[in-house]
Amino acid sequence: MSNTTHTFKPSLPPPTLNVGVIGWLRTNLFSSVGNTLLTLVALYLIWLVVPPIFNWAFLQADWAGATRADCTAEGACWVFVKERFGQFMYGFYPAELRWRVDLTAVLAVVGAAPLFFDRFKHKARYGIALLVAYPVIAFWLLYGGFGLQVVPSSAWGGLMLTIVIAAVGIAGALPLGILLALGRRSSLPAIKVICVTTIEFWRGVPLITVLFLSSVMLPLFLPEGLSLDKLLRAVVMVVIFEAAYIAEVVRGGMQAIPKGQYEAAAAMGLGYWRTMGLVILPQALKLVIPGIVNTFIALFKDTSLVIIIGLFDFLNSIKRATADPAWLGMSTEGYVFAALVYWVFCFAMSSYSAHLERKLNTGHTR
Amino acid sequence: MSEAIKQAVVSDKMMIHMQGVNKWYGQFHVLKDINLAVTQGERIVLCGPSGSGKSTTIRCINRLEEHQQGQIIVDGTELTNDLKQIERIRSEVGMVFQHFNLFPHLTVLQNCTLAPLWVRKMPRKEAEEIAMHYLQRVRIPEQAHKYPGQLSGGQQQRVAIARALCMKPKIMLFDEPTSALDPEMVKEVLDTMIGLAQDGMTMLCVTHEMGFARTVANRVIFMDKGEIVEQAPPDQFFDHPQNERTKLFLGQILH
Repeated sequence: MSNTTHTFKPSLPPPTLNVGVIGWLRTNLFSSVGNTLLTLVALYLIWLVVPPIFNWAFLQADWAGATRADCTAEGACWVFVKERFGQFMYGFYPAELRWRVDLTAVLAVVGAAPLFFDRFKHKARYGIALLVAYPVIAFWLLYGGFGLQVVPSSAWGGLMLTIVIAAVGIAGALPLGILLALGRRSSLPAIKVICVTTIEFWRGVPLITVLFLSSVMLPLFLPEGLSLDKLLRAVVMVVIFEAAYIAEVVRGGMQAIPKGQYEAAAAMGLGYWRTMGLVILPQALKLVIPGIVNTFIALFKDTSLVIIIGLFDFLNSIKRATADPAWLGMSTEGYVFAALVYWVFCFAMSSYSAHLERKLNTGHTR
Repeated sequence: MSEAIKQAVVSDKMMIHMQGVNKWYGQFHVLKDINLAVTQGERIVLCGPSGSGKSTTIRCINRLEEHQQGQIIVDGTELTNDLKQIERIRSEVGMVFQHFNLFPHLTVLQNCTLAPLWVRKMPRKEAEEIAMHYLQRVRIPEQAHKYPGQLSGGQQQRVAIARALCMKPKIMLFDEPTSALDPEMVKEVLDTMIGLAQDGMTMLCVTHEMGFARTVANRVIFMDKGEIVEQAPPDQFFDHPQNERTKLFLGQILH
């Protein structure tokens, strides 16, 4: 055998038929007779459905005016939503104090903004400070006291109430759920039994029952004269209820972490909490981001169940407005608006989770 | 090079003392009356067929496995159920695993500084300097800011060795460090381990690399069915094995 040098073949660009718009159309829409048929049927359905909706919502809709009498066009009457917008957003929150709610929302956005800049160095410390400080400030602004006029929680309502319940629910359920998941995997029998029982009990009852019980039964057991705020009771129930779900999602993630990770952490002398906090949970939580966000999206929508205990969240505010004799026949507009707002919030959560997954992907699953 | 390693100082100071150690998995008796004494600077290779208990033996030394009978004393501290003692011993004993077990969510540098920061409470700057020093030592400082998933198997194992060294351990345990590697990467890891041996590190290696055992070990231990069957300096062990089981095993792996 002679001593030769192997020459490698150069890399060539792919064939042009498979790239660009034409290529995309060919591979995705018209790749076979069956697929071509499906594409045509789908196009027909879109043509059937979309133009009428577009007509109703935009072209033939009423936008200007102030009363039911201004709803003259054939399409939607957005005057209703416009006129009742304040009630949908704030419920019975006194109109002259609504700036406090707005300020709370603005503070949340401004406060959280630095966390989204990769350049910002002290994210962890800032995040913890924010988590401690923000709820206190938000509570003070929303509820009052210390120089601000008190607005009892019975006056809270609309989208603001929905967001308050969902935000507290999420912020409370995640840490509690993680603790329950750790407890369920604990080697200490007492802790394990407590956590398993808690999880199985709360997962086994419907949220609506839990809310009802918190409103009707709980006061019976409390000592005379001591009454817990209705909203507080509801929020506590939501937190515990959702924590049970989060716990199982997180446990699923922890079970996917190879035993070698626990051993490597143990072998370097990291104790239980550091092993969990620095090695296991960061990986497990990343794995279950879709599951966690799934639970939170469900939670956001489930907040409308608080109607059972007489709280008027976003959906229920709209429902009540449609029953107003001055605005009869406006329920379609109301519910379309409700659907749109819920969708925007849920889609935002979903998009953020997708962004997080991409950002946290360190390429170990190649 | 071989001579330099052989001359590395072995002192009388006892680092590991296992006496009458027994262990069971359920009904299965995995370790049977293991007696082993390792002094400072000794380099021991454990070999034997799979399931012979060699991995279990070294995993008992840092309590990844619990022994049920007998006594294990590591660096003057006996291993009991006392968690604080166990964590103290673990911080003095480095371990390298067959499947590397790097933390995939942390960069190479963060892998190396994790334990110094959180167990030794070292300032970050110092921990990073030490980490870079050992990454240089295993010849991959340029990979410091990559994630483990972006490295080859051999590079990952060298990071794992550097990560263990960052704790400045007194003893290093290697549990089949080259078994999961592609053949062309075995040498880079073995060279790193030979370098460690030259510096007088007390080492226990479970490995099938008999060439490595011959060059580096002061003592080769052959285990079978949970027992230490034979132990001897490498020349004697390979050239004049005493036990029939040892002869059979060597015949099988040396071809």
